[in-house]
Amino acid sequence: MKAAQIAFESVVVRYPGADRNAVDGVSFELHGGELVVLLGPSGCGKSTLLRTVNRLVPLDGGRVVVDGSDVTQLDPVELRRSIGYVIQAVGLFAHMSVAQNVAVVPSLQGWTAPQIARRVDELLTLVGLDPTAYRNRRPSQLSGGEAQRVGVARAIAARPRALLMDEPFGAVDVLARTALQRELVRIVRELETTTLFVTHDVDEAFRLADRIVVMRSGRVEQVATPLDLFDQAATPYVRDLVHAGDDVYRRYFVHARELLRTANA
Amino acid sequence: MTYLAAHPARVAALAAAHLELVGVALAVALLIAVPLGLWAARRRNVAPWLLGALGAIYTIPSLALLAVLVEWFGLGFTPIFVALVVYAQFMLARNVVAGINGVDPAQVDAARGLGMSSPQVLLRVEFPQALPVLIGGVRIAAIAMISIATLGGYVGGVGLGVLIFNGLTLHQPQMIVAGSLAACALAIAVDATLRLAEAKTRPSTSSG
Repeated sequence: MKAAQIAFESVVVRYPGADRNAVDGVSFELHGGELVVLLGPSGCGKSTLLRTVNRLVPLDGGRVVVDGSDVTQLDPVELRRSIGYVIQAVGLFAHMSVAQNVAVVPSLQGWTAPQIARRVDELLTLVGLDPTAYRNRRPSQLSGGEAQRVGVARAIAARPRALLMDEPFGAVDVLARTALQRELVRIVRELETTTLFVTHDVDEAFRLADRIVVMRSGRVEQVATPLDLFDQAATPYVRDLVHAGDDVYRRYFVHARELLRTANA
Repeated sequence: MTYLAAHPARVAALAAAHLELVGVALAVALLIAVPLGLWAARRRNVAPWLLGALGAIYTIPSLALLAVLVEWFGLGFTPIFVALVVYAQFMLARNVVAGINGVDPAQVDAARGLGMSSPQVLLRVEFPQALPVLIGGVRIAAIAMISIATLGGYVGGVGLGVLIFNGLTLHQPQMIVAGSLAACALAIAVDATLRLAEAKTRPSTSSG
């Protein structure tokens, strides 16, 4: 499928009984094939915003537009099958094998058994797992990192036009996380799938993002490339956030990547 | 044991009728309890009330309930059959609710997010994982039902209760012993079979 364009237009979400909006008038766009990171502290509304794209969370105002269609006009089941979904808790189906988990969306879409078998092997290889060794394993026999690799394979199995990732590497140990981040960037580049990635980890955001959307209390503080976020922080909050912790490393990383990019261009 | 040794065919026939009574009652009870449990599991505020009500029914002494049912349905098969279906509701519905609510919420979130419709989430994710818990409920219900079904002999029904109550009337302790032993044997056999089914449907360990 072609990489999706996703637009948020003055999106408002308010949970029943809450005293303020979880998402409070957010507007920005994701271009086709772009990896955008939603960065902010817990409770800032970033996961809620992500879940409006595949209609797991209903809107109380504004619109979410995927490839020119208002999502509320689309069938939610069809919409979700065209968008990959990865969550922190992974949520592999415990009663199914690794192969059956990866095959969930293709089999819902009525692919034939040989098509599915071929795709499963292809995907396991893509996420760095040997198909012969992992195909028949149960989720309970996987490490946290391996489980999330399967989670990513399951999400991209039916060639979705977009990928939603909600703190996918938050529960994975630091070595596995770094490897997963590196491979995610490779996979997203290779598939050219528009990706919305939620995290509270500043370094993760800088490592992955084409652009970063900084959120706070349901609102957008700034939308910018990692480099611009550093050099032209729009608010004191953004400045504090990007300089929190090891900002020397971060500055070095962004500038090095920018140099590489211009050298390659 | 002398009665059992002298009339093995009669005891076997009554045991078969006993098992049939319990089996049919269990099947009908499941047809009611599974939809009821699924409905209650989706509504957090309904489940405690429903299970409370079914639990209250469960505490009615079986002989008293049977007396009321005989008033309504007369003697024979019907009152004991209805009593069994009613008693089983508590154990079955409770385990359906527990089984469905015990499914890892992350798996349900992933299932919905990947594009399963509500019936698909239920049939492909929630139900298979709730199945061992449901079978556990079926096992407990079946054993209780085998025991309660002996009261059927008192209201002119079928099954091993006939031996027990005839033995009481005729002062034939051997008949009572034969009926009781056969009922015990049935309960143990059913328990063992369902334990096996429960173990087979359980994923190797908990979710990863």
